[in-house]
Amino acid sequence: MSPSMRGGRRLVALAAVAGLALTMAACGSDDDEGGTGSDEQITLKVSTFGTFGYDALYKEYEASHPNIKIVESNEGDLGKYTNALTQRIAAGSGAGDVVAIEEGAIIQFLQAPDKFVNFQDEGFNELKGNWLDWKNAQATTADGKTTIGLGTDVGGLAMCYRSDLFKEAGLPTDRDEVSALWPTWDEYIATGKKFLEGTKGDAKFVDSATNTYNSILMQDAGNTTGYTYFDRDNKLVFDTNPAVKSAWDTTNKVLDAGLSANLKSFTTEWNAAFKGGDFATIACPAWMTANIKGQAGDAGEGKWDIATVPGGSGSWGGSFLAVPTQSKHQEAAVELAKFLSSPEGQLSAFNEAGNLPSSPQDFEDPALKDFKNEYFSDAPVADIFVQGAKSLKPVYLGAKNQAVRDAIENDLRSVEQGQRTSEEGWQQAIQSAKAAAGV
Amino acid sequence: MSDTLAPAAPARTRSPWRSRLSRWDLKGSPYAFISPFFILFAIFGAFPLLYTFWVSLHAWPLLGEHTFTGLDNYQKLLSDEQFWNAAKNTFGIFVVSTVPQYALALWLAVTLNRKIRARTLFRIGVVIPNVTSVAAVTLIFGMIFAKGFGLANWMLSWFGVASIDWTAHTWSSWLAISMMVDWRWTGYNALIFLAAMQAIPSDLYEAAAIDGASRTRQFWSVTLPLLRPTILFTTITSIIGGVQLFTEPLLFAPGAGAIQGGTLRQFQTLTMYLIENGFTRFEFGYAGAVAWMIFLLVLVISLINILIVRRISGAD
Repeated sequence: MSPSMRGGRRLVALAAVAGLALTMAACGSDDDEGGTGSDEQITLKVSTFGTFGYDALYKEYEASHPNIKIVESNEGDLGKYTNALTQRIAAGSGAGDVVAIEEGAIIQFLQAPDKFVNFQDEGFNELKGNWLDWKNAQATTADGKTTIGLGTDVGGLAMCYRSDLFKEAGLPTDRDEVSALWPTWDEYIATGKKFLEGTKGDAKFVDSATNTYNSILMQDAGNTTGYTYFDRDNKLVFDTNPAVKSAWDTTNKVLDAGLSANLKSFTTEWNAAFKGGDFATIACPAWMTANIKGQAGDAGEGKWDIATVPGGSGSWGGSFLAVPTQSKHQEAAVELAKFLSSPEGQLSAFNEAGNLPSSPQDFEDPALKDFKNEYFSDAPVADIFVQGAKSLKPVYLGAKNQAVRDAIENDLRSVEQGQRTSEEGWQQAIQSAKAAAGV
Repeated sequence: MSDTLAPAAPARTRSPWRSRLSRWDLKGSPYAFISPFFILFAIFGAFPLLYTFWVSLHAWPLLGEHTFTGLDNYQKLLSDEQFWNAAKNTFGIFVVSTVPQYALALWLAVTLNRKIRARTLFRIGVVIPNVTSVAAVTLIFGMIFAKGFGLANWMLSWFGVASIDWTAHTWSSWLAISMMVDWRWTGYNALIFLAAMQAIPSDLYEAAAIDGASRTRQFWSVTLPLLRPTILFTTITSIIGGVQLFTEPLLFAPGAGAIQGGTLRQFQTLTMYLIENGFTRFEFGYAGAVAWMIFLLVLVISLINILIVRRISGAD
């Protein structure tokens, strides 16, 4: 090949790259440029999943900040949302200015703390009393130097039960008496056996093993090691952490007693079972109440009630707001995130969507304390959930927590379906955990 | 192309420039005409393929540091039980679906090749399943094979068969997924077979009929041998499709952990394992290695298939 030819080819390559760059620039040009100047019109994009209940807050914020326009993009499916967000964060563009992150996913984002604004540089240390300690700990790196998320809601755990099925089985129906039935999981299992003996229909006691297992695991880990599948150095400790084994064993006692209806969560069969009354209890974070109401429908009104969860406390779900460093309006976005996650903001979200605040100040607020849920036989919902959330001890979840958890749940389900014995399932779970963690 | 710039004997009658232009036209323009395919292939085919290989040589979490690890991912993959389990499932489902599918497709093709009423209508009819959305089909089959209230269990109950938890066992899940695949692809293959059958000269059949061959005999001795190249073609496309099987098993047991294909991973296919590594474990390096192994497996199986079919046709 002659030198001149090579030169020509280089020119072509250059032209192609330039063309590509131009197209990409064109794609990106709809962003408002720069400017944290207070008079400049800017649009802040907020990305959320599920229901965050922020509509009233957006209006209020826009009224007090006339130069800011807020646009929310919402995705219903959490898995899909987290996947898309992960990819956009990794790609360095496309994420919103303020993004919601679920507690199961924030661990993964803490592996790349440089991709998010560190709130400790933005006055977080003066504000941290606004959230429960363990909530703050979840959004902070292991060395304690970087906090990437401000808490929104918590999934304080309770136990929802069908009082009509309890009555039929000769069990107490009053929520305080029911709570007194099961201070521990062993007593919960004993109650379940009584329920099966007493009931006339073929309803089971609990929907599935996995929800129970996850609740017990968080409690046992909180009471003992303070971590679950990974220790604080992110080493897989699945088979050596006593908390995991004890949660596994307790769950298997539930299965051995024949209490489970063997329903996989979030499937059509699980949904149908709410209507059919196929199970009498379900581990119930605050956001689950909306799900029960939706699935059981009008016919279920007044049949459900809420008691405390065995083991005293627990949490399942809950979210944070973060500001990606790729945002062009970081300062304005940080201001908005602080506003939305403030105690007042969280209370407004509770009123709009029922999300339980993560702010201790709100727990004392009469608007929350005295709230009664009509659908759940006028249960003082917030009060019960607050009890669950307040006393919870923080648990460290490793970076690959979600992947390992998915794998373990699957093995637990295989025991539930009778495809493996408890011991075979446990051995398999050790292998699955290793594979999922990439060890 | 570099020839054009190499010093060549100048044409005597025309100006050198014109001559060069016409020579370029002669030698260069064919390349220009076929270049769109190659340019597109380079961007959308070759580049992703090679880049995936590059990624597969690294420990490449989606967020965080990338480190070069050479062939470590491949070494790990060779002893990865979950990968071989996925490979077993993929080919198991492929065999369970393809064998009856070909039998049915051949029968359909023979039937549609006869002089029956409203032939065109039926010919169009058999491909209709192919144009429906996979996801919709799978959701409906999911209801048919539901554990509690499914149509399949209801029909089996007429014969006194106890209700089956279709997703729980290996055989039942393979069977159910194969039926979804067959429902979509049988008609498509039947049409391809039909086209090939119509290309068979009718005098062969006439000669066979004069020799006293029955219809069945004609099928085995005339139709089938002449369909061999077509069967080879459909088998290769089926293998490629079969190895990429994804939506049907994924939506067969939806909900949490669907990507694992059942509690025992009894119907997790190769592509599902690929996605599991990429998008639940976020290990892009390892997922890249899985992708390349799938590619190599398809290549090897297609070669074996060609050899077998050659051997069979050579034997005649």
